[in-house]
Amino acid sequence: MPDAISVTVNGTAVRVPLNSTALVAILMSRASSPARFVRRSLSGEPRGPLCAMGICFECRATINNQRHSRTCLILCAPGMDIRTDD
Amino acid sequence: MTSASRNFDVLIVGAGPAGMAAACCASENGLRVAIVDNNPQPGGQIWRGASQSSAVPEAAPWYKKLAASRAQVLSGTEAYDHPAPGKLLASSPGGVCEISYAKLILCTGARERFLPFPGWTLPNVIGAGGLQALVKSGFSIAGKKIVVAGSGPLLLAVAAYLREHGGDVRLIAEQSSWPRLIRFGLALAFQKEKLAQSFALKCQLAGIPYKAGCWPVAAEGNGRVESVTLRSGNKTWKEACDYLACGFFLVPNVELPLLLGCELRAGFVRVDDFQQTTIPEVYCAGEPTGIGGLDLSLVEGQIAGHAAAGNREAARKLFRERDRSRKFAAALGRAFSLRDELHSLPADATFICRCEDVTLARLRNHSCWRAAKLQTRCGMGSCQGRICGPAVEFLLGWKPESVRPPIYPVSVSSLAKNISIESQSSLQEELR
Repeated sequence: MPDAISVTVNGTAVRVPLNSTALVAILMSRASSPARFVRRSLSGEPRGPLCAMGICFECRATINNQRHSRTCLILCAPGMDIRTDD
Repeated sequence: MTSASRNFDVLIVGAGPAGMAAACCASENGLRVAIVDNNPQPGGQIWRGASQSSAVPEAAPWYKKLAASRAQVLSGTEAYDHPAPGKLLASSPGGVCEISYAKLILCTGARERFLPFPGWTLPNVIGAGGLQALVKSGFSIAGKKIVVAGSGPLLLAVAAYLREHGGDVRLIAEQSSWPRLIRFGLALAFQKEKLAQSFALKCQLAGIPYKAGCWPVAAEGNGRVESVTLRSGNKTWKEACDYLACGFFLVPNVELPLLLGCELRAGFVRVDDFQQTTIPEVYCAGEPTGIGGLDLSLVEGQIAGHAAAGNREAARKLFRERDRSRKFAAALGRAFSLRDELHSLPADATFICRCEDVTLARLRNHSCWRAAKLQTRCGMGSCQGRICGPAVEFLLGWKPESVRPPIYPVSVSSLAKNISIESQSSLQEELR
């Protein structure tokens, strides 16, 4: 991957293209699992992104200890620590 | 953002085409201009990521103009409250800040309308523009089977984009009927340039079946979508897919205009000839005044920018161009109005509110938003009804209630950072 940067999702290193959002890193970290979900809903359903533009909050996760971050609005930075709530 | 308090002659909210055009025109007139936008880069949804590539030729001159202007772009910054006339509170990675302005131009854009159907909450059921945004943000859909469904010209643009990026687009399902679309086509024919665009798109699409009068009724899958059930006339069938990219045209983002007290007309922000809202010194341009696409957004943004800077003559010169684009917008709305059958899309057990997992059956026990909110928390989760609101309005006819600050959730830790003296009291008010 040219111009890739490395972040961690739930402690595991993930390499993403430059200018990827944190959401892309989460989805790529789940590449081997068939369900590319981001969070669990109130009743426990797996949920993935819906709007991918900062409206629906389905992609929220903890980024560098900042909880409830909308991962679709934040670009990956080298070493960024992304944690999903599931 | 380094300083917690800022002051501008013209402040623009939203850095999509309307906001960029407004900023360019306002700063031509020598004023201190800034745009706040919650995305990492300017361009809005339509030009997302275009600043790094030359793939979007119509965007390039605007990026160039914006860069050459003295306007500041405050990216990653989100306006969430209006504590006093001439002031907005915004959150940014550095904390919250207060921004003061003499004139304000609201270019808050639009979002996709989502209609709930059984299975719509499965992972990989995503907005049509949503999947495109994700691919623009670095996600790969190479080789994935995709069904594009819902309504609006966006579906065509998205399908073409996804295919260009290696997606295996199986079908475009447009809920509107051929007779309606043909009428829309006739309206298009009166505008040569638009016709050329749609023709170019059609060429790209050769090979992707486009079904009008066809819509999704359910999505199925174990842990993620694996197929979608489509209906067309009396026929119902299943189409296998890895992604269902689905959106039913657009709805305007009017939360901030409402918070400021701007009057709406038929759901859109009411503006005068100079794009001024019913609140003096507050202007609005682009999709919040009526869904009209790129050209209308650009011309409205320019008019608002000139007018806010006091250059009414320059604004007036653009009125005719705006009139032409508005005709196109009106045709759009008629062509893609939602069919009645969509009212019965959700089942009793379908979640309408994804934030609070509220089913249709629970909502039906109530007669209005207020009661439903109190009893079910529908629309009171993180998105504050932005997703379920337009669906509830379509399904149950409940009009949205008034908007309360903060219009986006603000974390206590960012409230604690960089608070300017003059805004402290209002923030404390809000925390109480």
